[in-house]
Amino acid sequence: MKNSIISLLLLARRHRVATVLLFLLVFPFLMPYDALSVNILIFGLYAVGFNLLFGYTGMLSFGHAAFLGVGGYLAGIAVVHGGWPWWAAIVTGVAASCLAGVVIGYLAIRTRGIYFSMVTLALAQIMYYVFYKAEDWTGGENGLRGVRVESIKLPGLSIDFINPLNKYYVILVFVALALWFVSRILNSPFGAVIEAIRENEKRAAACGYDVARAKLLVFVLSAGICGLAGALRALHLSIVPIDSLHYLQSGQAVMMCLLGGMGTFFGPFVGAAVFMYLEDVVTNLTRYWMGAVGMVFMVFVLFFPKGIWGTLVHQMERWLRRQGDRA
Amino acid sequence: MFDITPQLFALQLMTGIALGAVYALLAIGLSLIFGMLTVVNFAHGAFFMVGAFLGIYSIALTGSFWFSLLLVPLATGAIGLVCERFLVRPLYGRGLDYPLLLTFGLSYVMIDVMRFTFGIEGLPTSTPPDLRGAVFLGFGYFPLYRLFLIAATAVIVLGLWLFIEKTRYGLIIRAGSRDPEIVKVLGIDIARVWWLVFGIGTAIAGLSGLLAAPTRAVNPEMGIPILAESFVVTVVGGMGSLPGAVVAGLLVGVVFSMTSLLAPEYAELSIFVLMAVVLLIRPQGFFGKAGLMS
Repeated sequence: MKNSIISLLLLARRHRVATVLLFLLVFPFLMPYDALSVNILIFGLYAVGFNLLFGYTGMLSFGHAAFLGVGGYLAGIAVVHGGWPWWAAIVTGVAASCLAGVVIGYLAIRTRGIYFSMVTLALAQIMYYVFYKAEDWTGGENGLRGVRVESIKLPGLSIDFINPLNKYYVILVFVALALWFVSRILNSPFGAVIEAIRENEKRAAACGYDVARAKLLVFVLSAGICGLAGALRALHLSIVPIDSLHYLQSGQAVMMCLLGGMGTFFGPFVGAAVFMYLEDVVTNLTRYWMGAVGMVFMVFVLFFPKGIWGTLVHQMERWLRRQGDRA
Repeated sequence: MFDITPQLFALQLMTGIALGAVYALLAIGLSLIFGMLTVVNFAHGAFFMVGAFLGIYSIALTGSFWFSLLLVPLATGAIGLVCERFLVRPLYGRGLDYPLLLTFGLSYVMIDVMRFTFGIEGLPTSTPPDLRGAVFLGFGYFPLYRLFLIAATAVIVLGLWLFIEKTRYGLIIRAGSRDPEIVKVLGIDIARVWWLVFGIGTAIAGLSGLLAAPTRAVNPEMGIPILAESFVVTVVGGMGSLPGAVVAGLLVGVVFSMTSLLAPEYAELSIFVLMAVVLLIRPQGFFGKAGLMS
């Protein structure tokens, strides 16, 4: 019995993408309603993109809403103003957020540590004001309305995109691709370099790695994944709210990542699920949702900095090691 | 389109300096806390907001603007002292990110406490009766209150400078920001110094909230944009530098008001563009030490 649990855990650890996908496949049936699971899926992806930068490279950005927003707005503009098909909208959103990542990243990586947090926050404000002012394209304060995608047309197949459960599985395909991509990055030599930067930037530079280039690259990759989340959200909501570029949206990535467990593969999804589920429950009880989530967050910073999933993984690894020693 | 006369230009410059005075005060608080504790206070904007709310409340309660000018910094400073003692202090030695994350969570709580207490709509503000009207400055009439804002900032900055440069306690603060280890070896309780500096920083933030309240809309979210703007000031001026905070604060204020005169569409953007330019040319800011951040 114990041996089969151990081998199951080891198997899950080796095939982390498959394990996560297996869970996400049944996830909608564990949630009270489907729209919530779609939200969790999208924000989980957003947190995964953020985690690549914060959890694995140790760069705490407070401006990731810029990429969620740019991805969403550009995908939305492609559909509303360009009349483009859904897949072209997603590609546009991701490309635009990568471009925004290059510009913001180029400026921000000139600073380190806490300055990086301050500078990303300030640069993200630029994006907010730009999209806020460009009313003709973005709808300004009201957000971009009418991003209508009613069905996903593939050769020989048409999927009804109104039904939330269908929506969930369509979005899951993109999430699966993104997760595989992130896992592939983390397993590559480049993945080792970014973790080396997190542990000791000076030493990584002394080892001959081009730290600035690696940082910029991981910043852009992270921006692209957050942009994909934004584009999917635009198609899901059929509106891009201006709030998606707001400072609080950047903060949400930080909160979800820390609640779940930074630097863990599945942690961001746990964080997103807890965050969205809490929001759902708390807003039914009281309108002071921000204060409640702020307090939960402070408790985690003070007492559980590894987050929910991070703590679980830590305990599991310890148990596995003890079993290994005994055998 | 009306003509931009030299008079209008000069008045707008004064308006910019008055705005910059608020930025300078906020940046001084941030820099003071950072210079000593290496904590970036993400709740600084929230302390500013609480100062504005408490100011309006205390003016309504006591009927005196001048008395509130004393009371509000004491109150926000006290809140700051409690937060440092019970929330920030346990995180020392666990890396720079954790205190930052904690103050970020704290700002959420502070915003909602104010929403709960004063409502989500915000409060109407009014200029204190003693400071209403305008004065003639040679080139035009300028609101007396904004002139007072500039003067009050000058007094606070001067007082702080004298405190840090000329008193025994200021000497300890300066030594502590250079080398906390040695200060500890000399038998000084550095944790107590840090505690007081956090209190002073949040007191100044609250005071600037009270001072700025009559010139802007007071609502629970007012601290969010001003946090981003005071980060711009800190990056431009150089982190941890008091002269940098003052110079950059005034510059950012003037840049903002000048762009609102010449190209109002780009006013909000201008200061962030200024920051981007400074980052490209001098990443450590005007007065920052090279190598500290890049």
